[in-house]
Amino acid sequence: MLPLIYAVCTSFKPLDELLIFPPRFFVRRPTFGNYLILPDLMSSLKVPLSRYIFNSLFISVVSTFFYIIIATMAAFVLSKAKFKGRNVIFWIVQFALMFNAYTLGIPRYLIFSKMHIIDTYWVSILPHMASTLGVFLAKQYIEGYIPNALLEAAKIDGASHYRVFWSIVMPVIKPAWLTLMLFAFRDIWAEVPNGTIFSEQLKTLPQIVTQITAGGTARAGSSMAVTVIMMIPPILVFLISQSNVVEAMSSAGIKE
Amino acid sequence: MAKNINGRRLSPEGSFKEQFPMFVMISPFIIFFLIFTVIPIISSIFLSFTSYDMISSPIFVGIDNYRRLITNDATFMVTVKNTFVFAVVAGPLGFLLSFILAWLVNEFTPNVRAVLSFMFYAPSLVGNAYFIWQVAFSGDSYGYINSLLLSLGIITEPIVWLKNATYLMPIIIVVQLWQSMGVSFLANISGLQNVSRDMYEAGAIDGIRNRWQELRYITLPSMSNMLLFSAVMQIQSSFSVSAIAVTLAGYPSKSNAVDTIVSLMQDMATVRYELGYASAIAVVLFIMMVTTRLIVGKVLSTVQK
Repeated sequence: MLPLIYAVCTSFKPLDELLIFPPRFFVRRPTFGNYLILPDLMSSLKVPLSRYIFNSLFISVVSTFFYIIIATMAAFVLSKAKFKGRNVIFWIVQFALMFNAYTLGIPRYLIFSKMHIIDTYWVSILPHMASTLGVFLAKQYIEGYIPNALLEAAKIDGASHYRVFWSIVMPVIKPAWLTLMLFAFRDIWAEVPNGTIFSEQLKTLPQIVTQITAGGTARAGSSMAVTVIMMIPPILVFLISQSNVVEAMSSAGIKE
Repeated sequence: MAKNINGRRLSPEGSFKEQFPMFVMISPFIIFFLIFTVIPIISSIFLSFTSYDMISSPIFVGIDNYRRLITNDATFMVTVKNTFVFAVVAGPLGFLLSFILAWLVNEFTPNVRAVLSFMFYAPSLVGNAYFIWQVAFSGDSYGYINSLLLSLGIITEPIVWLKNATYLMPIIIVVQLWQSMGVSFLANISGLQNVSRDMYEAGAIDGIRNRWQELRYITLPSMSNMLLFSAVMQIQSSFSVSAIAVTLAGYPSKSNAVDTIVSLMQDMATVRYELGYASAIAVVLFIMMVTTRLIVGKVLSTVQK
């Protein structure tokens, strides 16, 4: 926790307190100066601060939304459909939990360039559409909380599979998808594109933090100010979902 | 064909027509999973047998990349060693710590538990805020750790933490643990809350005397599936340590002290454009991860008994 409190304190420090020796942990005369100069700092980049915030929010919200829909649909099918091969698919998903964007970085980059989506929003959104963690958690939860009898009853009443999914499954597994919302949002929000975004107007907040931090000690206050701005949305998402997270995670075990 | 009460026709269970919506609902996942996970793994394996620079098409070179990796690349061996240290030290340590923390936190009342959970989870929540540690470990006397140690008289000169091969590894492990424990912690705490009270009561009747026995004979076995899940998450994060090390120590770090397989792979691909070679590195990494996963699964399934 200390580093985070430090970030908050530093973001309110006036310049003389940033340069003081020996360094102090807490702020004495708090100021909003570091926040207020952010728009000016950005002006040298020719793109307003609001654009970076918009990019970050746009990519995170859109990706998180589709991440949840795609993962819960797949999880519903994997736990309740009757076709051969679903166990094989689930086994592969379980194994693929280990591979993340870092380990798959290079071949993914080649695929992005084959798809001609480098330097577009797509490259920041599409890779999140197949989350093994999402499918895994949602499937375990559906198996624990949706009895087959409930689905049978709905079918006898004439509900289609789509309707069953949307009006019965989704409301019951709300804790599961709120948890996925937290995980997805957190990861996507903090993601720094790896050589896939060049245009200034497509860049997101995490990339800006790096650029401001490079400004040295005098910019320490402002870089912490951006960091604090960056902390707020994930923490809000956590506060919204937190009471459901523990419940949803309780069904996450892997059976060998 | 069966008729339901309303007289509407129902397709037989499991028929293609009846199951068709299910295929529709799973297809987006399957398509994206193929494009962004399966094909990348397969193409890594394919490219690892080629020489490829992204400009001309790949040239088949057999096992040359692997031969070069094993016999002719000292840096690779160092990164394998470093990655193993991360996996062997940070993995189990994070796993144990997150379990112990969850076990302790679980003793409190729900409100205190919620606050504590937030505190432990916050570092993972804020993603890439780890660069804040740079300030703490800063090499001059402005760094918090240095200034603290100086004022306590433990050291007389500031230590250049992030350029010192001896300190780098422990520092990166600490930061990695700080940042990655969140998910396992949440998984463990939910697992603990799911062990039913009845089990403990039954255990007490069967002669379980202390908390230790309770942990060993009731808690751990009944949450072993949960433990495997958090172990898998730890494997995933400790094998892909790279961003933290590169941010704090740079690449290459002093004496390659904290360069990892992923850092090397990225360097090969994005700086030197040796994609065939980078792919061979990726394949070795996949093999290491899968092997570790299998071993952990075996170990945990013996705990269950």
